[in-house]
Amino acid sequence: MGFFLQLLVQGLSIGCLYGIAALGFVMIFKSSSVLNFAHGELLAIGAYIFFVITIWLNLPIYMAFIITFVGSFALGFLIERLFLRPMIGEALIEVVMLTVGLSAMFRGLLLVIFSGNTYVFSNFLPAWLNIRIGSLSISSVYTVTLIITIIFLAILGFFFKYSSQGIYMRSVADNQTAALSLGVNVRRVFALSWAIASIVCAISGIILGVINGVNVHAISRIGLKVFPVVILGGLESIGGAIIGGLFIGFLETFVSGYLSTSLRDVVAYVVLVIILMIKPYGLFGLVEIERV
Amino acid sequence: MENNTCLLINNISVVYHDVIQVLKGVSLEVKKGEIFSLLGSNGAGKTTTLRAVSGLLKPENGKVTEGSILFEEKSLHNQPPEYITRLGIIQVLEGRVPFKYLTVEENLRVGTATRWGKPYREDLDLVYHYFPRLKQLRNGLAGYLSGGELQMLVIGRALMAHPRLLLLDEPSLGLAPFLVKEIFDIVKRINEEQGTTIILVEQNANMALNIATYGYVMENGKIVMEGKAKDLKENPDVKEFYLGTTAKGVVKSYNEVKAYRRRKRWL
Ligand SMILES: Nc1ncnc2c1ncn2[C@@H]1O[C@H](COP(=O)(O)OP(=O)(O)OP(=O)(O)O)[C@@H](O)[C@H]1O
Ligand SMILES: [Mg+2]
Repeated sequence: MGFFLQLLVQGLSIGCLYGIAALGFVMIFKSSSVLNFAHGELLAIGAYIFFVITIWLNLPIYMAFIITFVGSFALGFLIERLFLRPMIGEALIEVVMLTVGLSAMFRGLLLVIFSGNTYVFSNFLPAWLNIRIGSLSISSVYTVTLIITIIFLAILGFFFKYSSQGIYMRSVADNQTAALSLGVNVRRVFALSWAIASIVCAISGIILGVINGVNVHAISRIGLKVFPVVILGGLESIGGAIIGGLFIGFLETFVSGYLSTSLRDVVAYVVLVIILMIKPYGLFGLVEIERV
Repeated sequence: MENNTCLLINNISVVYHDVIQVLKGVSLEVKKGEIFSLLGSNGAGKTTTLRAVSGLLKPENGKVTEGSILFEEKSLHNQPPEYITRLGIIQVLEGRVPFKYLTVEENLRVGTATRWGKPYREDLDLVYHYFPRLKQLRNGLAGYLSGGELQMLVIGRALMAHPRLLLLDEPSLGLAPFLVKEIFDIVKRINEEQGTTIILVEQNANMALNIATYGYVMENGKIVMEGKAKDLKENPDVKEFYLGTTAKGVVKSYNEVKAYRRRKRWL
């Protein structure tokens, strides 16, 4: 029973992690219809910025968070401005190829700077976050993941539901022409969704770095897990991204806990294939409102 | 150009996809504070004329190739919609396009995009004053509204932007006559109480000419007739073709309801 609970908590926080990583992906897709194959690299870049600031520059943790967030925001903005904006109006496949190119480029740059070594963060998590309840012991990483994802979901939810800019962003995802007719700055919305997505990615990247160490290949491989997650959750559904993330998180944790650790990275893709065969629009794909 | 001129379109030509010429030398003048009606049958180029003014040609891959468009002495020639909407020109799209997954109130809030960050409470109250029905529906998803409610929503949403020139594209289409009357009455009130200049594109010439002061009739990308609304209503050609009454006074049935299938478009 203790083991089961342990896996449950672990699965929950890994699932939250996948969920917010997928959220970034869905945001970009919803607003600008771009499938971002460089998603994993965005996670890795976030983790590296954080690593450089805490370990190489030895700045305090709160500074590291602020700088990483500001840096990621700027990076997302720049990627949109420099690479995606000139591609507006091009065919989907060309835009996809561009993001594949970006992925290779970012990965190459990270390898040049940091090589393929795995770096470890010094453990900056306070000890009281290690929770013990009877035989159940939860490592601080998992508690923190859970807390951070919940805080972030709340902030994002609040932003999209109540702030004017959030509502403009949703209007563009809903109907671009109508948004244009009311003077919504659609290009700004695209840039902003990249910027916010890239912050969300940085958070996932930092957490992954704490769990597994910082390594380009490892983090970007996990970044690619957004594909099974969003296929499960539906490409256009924010709620679906979270549920899909939780599902894959639980699945992986339980499979590696009860069956075999080596199956861990495979199950997500097995699910991906099965889902695509039986329900191509994802389990939680947006229900189209149709009026005649 | 007299100083009570709001919009002056001079001899414009519009081409889609670089090859399909749709407008061939359209000129028209709209006076401040009045309702002008633009009439014509399907495919005459009414929507295209509005798009040329609002800047929404570009997303459709269309261009103004000749002529000039002046709004209060500022040139709108091939300007982007972000610029044109900020001057106070708002086009209400044909076919009542809501943001389906946003609530009614959120839809209205999108109308504040041209003045992001400014207070909007009073504007919401103004819209709810003209359309009390929207207030009741304000927390419901726009995707589930009926046709009449949607028409109120899209006009209200445009009103949120403080329009100085409102371009209404076929608001009556497919609505029951009593609703058309209700909506046209409100449009008239908005014009009188807010001082908003309005271009009303319609196939329902009868209703349109009742509230407009002046009218233009389009055919095949050209203006073929123009005049004071009351004169146009008496004109035998207009009677025959647009008011649906022949010389003998027989009412023809034409309840054309178009299906709008819109591709998802890139910018
Ligand atoms: N995006 C487009 N690309 C190519 N051709 C277009 C486009 N939009 C309109 N047209 C063409 O331009 C012509 C005029 O269309 P427009 O929509 O301006 O007419 P309209 O007077 O508004 O007609 P309706 O009453 O049916 O709305 C039509 O022949 C139409 O096929
Ligand atoms: Mg039209």
